[in-house]
Amino acid sequence: MKLTPLYGEHKKLGAKLAPFGGWYMPISYEGILAEHRAARESAAVFDICHMGEFMFRGESQELDSAVTQDVSGLAPGKSRYGFLLNDKGGITDDLIIFRFDEKEFMIVVNAATSGNDYEALKKLLRKGDLSDISAETAKIDLQGPLSRDVLKEALELDIGLKYFNFAHFDIFGEKALVSRTGYTGELGYEIFINSSKAVDLWNKLLSDGRVKPAGLGARDILRLEMGYSLYGHDIDGETTPDEAGLDMFVDYEKEFAGKKALLARKAAGAGKKKIAFKSEGRRSPRAHYRILSGGKDIGEVTSGVFSPSLSCGIGLGFIKAGSQVAGDIIISDGGRVKLKAGITETPFLKETTLRN
Amino acid sequence: MDIYYTKDHEWVRVEGRSGIMGISAYAVKQLGDITYVELPETGKEITKGDVVCTVESVKAASDIYAPVTAKITEVNSALENAPEKMNESPEEEGWIAKLEISDPDSVNGLMTGEKYDEFVKSLE
Repeated sequence: MKLTPLYGEHKKLGAKLAPFGGWYMPISYEGILAEHRAARESAAVFDICHMGEFMFRGESQELDSAVTQDVSGLAPGKSRYGFLLNDKGGITDDLIIFRFDEKEFMIVVNAATSGNDYEALKKLLRKGDLSDISAETAKIDLQGPLSRDVLKEALELDIGLKYFNFAHFDIFGEKALVSRTGYTGELGYEIFINSSKAVDLWNKLLSDGRVKPAGLGARDILRLEMGYSLYGHDIDGETTPDEAGLDMFVDYEKEFAGKKALLARKAAGAGKKKIAFKSEGRRSPRAHYRILSGGKDIGEVTSGVFSPSLSCGIGLGFIKAGSQVAGDIIISDGGRVKLKAGITETPFLKETTLRN
Repeated sequence: MDIYYTKDHEWVRVEGRSGIMGISAYAVKQLGDITYVELPETGKEITKGDVVCTVESVKAASDIYAPVTAKITEVNSALENAPEKMNESPEEEGWIAKLEISDPDSVNGLMTGEKYDEFVKSLE
């Protein structure tokens, strides 16, 4: 089990830790609900050092041939979300590409898939230079409506970045990348800094009384309230971006690895369809619960949680393509739990500070 | 009034034939923030060791077992809209059900507070 540079800080804070994607990660500190509230109402800081970062030096066209998002059309100082696909058109990983300048890019990937991603990209990128900088790169996310003020006061950084824009700043004498992105739906920043400065940055942010440390438990609720997919749950190697309702992150104007298989699967008709639902009451829908309609089993829940912001259950799942859904659906554990639910749009939570 | 505990971390306060049950401070700490309590039905007969109800936290759903054999005379309906009372006050305001103990012998074998504290220490 791998440890982040902040492991000692988590122990000092009395965090509950658990394995996640090969890493021993903080799940919660004070409590998941209090941490969720901090991110929605004030500011929360997350240790996201487990995620992988690669640098690519080469032509943008080369990267374009490997991933689904439009890389060549990306201006320096901006980042874009998309996918690396397998030869069946399924999702090997979801990733964000940051364009530094004409020929320099950073690719941010999930922790558990990072090794596979690196191998796959090595094969796909025939020209240029790909390197894994995960070990020396710490990633700390500051998320919440007050995060801009916190950065200004705690780090004396005046950050005017728009959503999905980034810039480099001097933090503790290191060149750090600050990106206006996150996984919570609130105004927030992802900070990439040399691992040797992770503890200093973490403690500096926490020295501001408006900031709470938050773990992966709160992060999971925050991302689900926005309807964001989690790799390994809502998207995986069997699922295409089209089936997952994420086709807008695929640039069909260009060629990319997996495109042929993806187009063939789209032409044959998707095998399943992603849905988002809200369930009645405080009981939580959970991953692997069944989705029923008119007494028929039509699919499976892939993520489910009690939403503290909405005071009801929310979830994502897949139903068989062509399923006729009239009115309510039932979410069931196959036993006593039967939750009445309605299909809805995402984000579940509409009023946030994401674009403030 | 005597308070006893089970190995599954329920508590029961006993006074004659009357009882009141809930889950221990240790249990709620392990569960984390409680978001939902499926309360049992008033009038239900429960046998020691049976599932009485389910408590859900952000992380998981957990079954709660009957600490004694009894009939449920009242449930704490305040938990329906305020399940966080179980986190805030697990052994007072966060009680789950009031009981009429139908088998007084079923109290035998439960742990006293002192024994339970030792038991919890052995788990940590």
